[in-house]
Amino acid sequence: MQTRMNHLEELEAESIFVLREVAAQFENPVILFSGGKDSLVVIHLARKAFHPAKIPFPLLHIDTGHNFAETLEFRDALVRDVGARLLVGSVQASIDEGRAAEEQGPSASRNALQTITLLDAIAAHKFDCAVGGARRDEEKARAKERIFSFRDAFGQWDPKNQRPELWNLFNGRKRHGEHFRVFPLSNWTELDVWQYIAMEKLALPSLYFSHERECVRRDGMLLGLTPHIQVKKGEKVERLVVRFRTVGDATCTGAVLSRAANIDDIIQEVAASRVTERGGRADDKRSEAAMEERKVQGYF
Amino acid sequence: MTRAKKEAERPFDSQAYLGMELLRFTTAGSVDDGKSTLIGRLLYDSKSIFEDQLEALERASRRRGEDDLNLALLTDGLRAEREQGITIDVAHRYFSTPRRKFIIADCPGHIQYTRNMVTGASTSNLAIILVDARTGVVEQTRRHTFIASLLQIPHIVFCVNKMDLVDWSQQAFEKIQQDFRDFSAKLEVKDIRFIPISALKGDNVVDRSKRMDWYEGPTLLYLLETLYIASDHNRVDCRFPVQHVIRPRSDAHHDYRGYAGRVAGGVFKKGDEILHLPSGLSTRVAGVDFFGREVPAASPPMSVVLRLEDDLDISRGDMLVRPHNQPAVGQELDVMLCWLSERKLDPQGRYLLRHTTREARCQVKDVRYKVDINTLHRAQGDTAIGMNDIARVQLHVTQPLFYDSYQRNRSTGSLILVDEGTFSTVGAGMIVQREP
Repeated sequence: MQTRMNHLEELEAESIFVLREVAAQFENPVILFSGGKDSLVVIHLARKAFHPAKIPFPLLHIDTGHNFAETLEFRDALVRDVGARLLVGSVQASIDEGRAAEEQGPSASRNALQTITLLDAIAAHKFDCAVGGARRDEEKARAKERIFSFRDAFGQWDPKNQRPELWNLFNGRKRHGEHFRVFPLSNWTELDVWQYIAMEKLALPSLYFSHERECVRRDGMLLGLTPHIQVKKGEKVERLVVRFRTVGDATCTGAVLSRAANIDDIIQEVAASRVTERGGRADDKRSEAAMEERKVQGYF
Repeated sequence: MTRAKKEAERPFDSQAYLGMELLRFTTAGSVDDGKSTLIGRLLYDSKSIFEDQLEALERASRRRGEDDLNLALLTDGLRAEREQGITIDVAHRYFSTPRRKFIIADCPGHIQYTRNMVTGASTSNLAIILVDARTGVVEQTRRHTFIASLLQIPHIVFCVNKMDLVDWSQQAFEKIQQDFRDFSAKLEVKDIRFIPISALKGDNVVDRSKRMDWYEGPTLLYLLETLYIASDHNRVDCRFPVQHVIRPRSDAHHDYRGYAGRVAGGVFKKGDEILHLPSGLSTRVAGVDFFGREVPAASPPMSVVLRLEDDLDISRGDMLVRPHNQPAVGQELDVMLCWLSERKLDPQGRYLLRHTTREARCQVKDVRYKVDINTLHRAQGDTAIGMNDIARVQLHVTQPLFYDSYQRNRSTGSLILVDEGTFSTVGAGMIVQREP
């Protein structure tokens, strides 16, 4: 009997295996939830992994306070649907408590501050594993990261001292206070994620689809106007037809001009695209090692 | 017309990806044999390098005072790697064509070579080994081939590169091919191919070479796209390591009890008689479940949930098999061990051991010999096993494992050793069938 799997089914089987290893090897894991497409796919895979039981982990949203309204509405509807417990780590609270200092100026972003809130939440809830939706194709420092990625007691990643990862034997052993980041989508590409969303008919926040929005052009990016963005002198507010390829913090996530109104359009657009999805993110443009530096500190 | 042009002109089929397969391969080569150029070409010609990556690459190459695009910078993701100009760790690269999606485990050729290649090879269906047409079979090539055969990679493709520098000579290519055959006859490799290429000029990588009309085989990309890989998994010996027990205890599924796991061998269907290890009790498969529906059969590498007709006491680390085809069960293992840690193997040491979904403790009983991976010579009684060494060892495990030889099944025949103090992964083991 021949049961041939396509590439998405094989990736799915690997990710489900990884999620079940998380349930087996850790006492108190959590799924990091951003509302973006990758974390939605992780949640869908977790439902599949444990069906007909519920997902045995809570969800944690690190909220910068700079969200697009659509993201939060979508998040709350999904949490109700999945029946999971949602925890929110607030960057605003970290700032109010004096744990984090807000960047100043019109290009200020809370992206880097998320690390502080994330590590605080992990410590407060005593999580020993945080599951994220990061992929190796996103960025070259990520391309070197393990699926089971060790973090020391300070939440830091040591890229030069990673545990070798062989076959599908994952080593989640750690001491008290240390934790793991686990990335079930490590081997997926942006296109795989979109194809999977189409195959599984997953619902997505409306930000991913083409819509009209007021935008300003800044540093080669299109930023969607929200109350958190200060329009600089000389910048012109334009009404454009755009969509977002990632939905991060509104202050540093760039939109793209696009007429892609459904998933099939998006798959075509991504397949033909000549720029990576992180090409629209100001947080990565700060330096060649921007991602590695943030990851060493404990970023997602 | 070039391949890329043809693809670009083909109308886009938004459903075609549902028929794509996945192929994982590893690349090995010595210093300066053009490995980065080859990977760069595969990525570039399949349109998997993007403009912003290319711009970043141009900026970085210029900053380093290099005229040409340094494609190695694309895979050297860590700052230390870029600063020292060396690749430290396995990098994963992804590209796809309309036929297949590819995962490349790109293994650096300098430091910690064996450790990296063993890691990259452990999940690969195929290895590309690069050979410089001018120098032919060198020590490093033998080493790469040995590791690929040790890790039982089903397909090995030797790319004889830099054919442009030997005047596209058929004679040079055939000489290298013959040298390899002599060497690889001693190794267990199922499928070996040879392709004459020029990664720099692009000959026989994606597009067929016009300068080597004597070569009648496929181009590298065509081979990667069409090679038959469905038989790479063991579909004969039924093995289902139980990963997680699913008991919803909800009103809707009050009595549901399912065993989640990834099929490691054979085919499981509803009604099949199966045997549970370690109890030795048998029962039948009541159903193969996947997300609310029953699937007709499960085979590797599917992740499913099995329901059984009888309530047995089954937990993680147990294994479901067929009564007439059982794995070996035992506490004494013969293992080919690749050492991954800077701290040497303790020849009487105790380690944690992970095998399928089972964790146990083990003690090293004997180091029988160390393999010189350049000559394949066995150094009997050499017990100093350091990083990158490969040795045949005997382990005593505190509880029985259900295993097959690695040669028969890469899932049920592999294990890792974990240091009890640091918890780092220090050894990769391949179980050898015990000699009678």
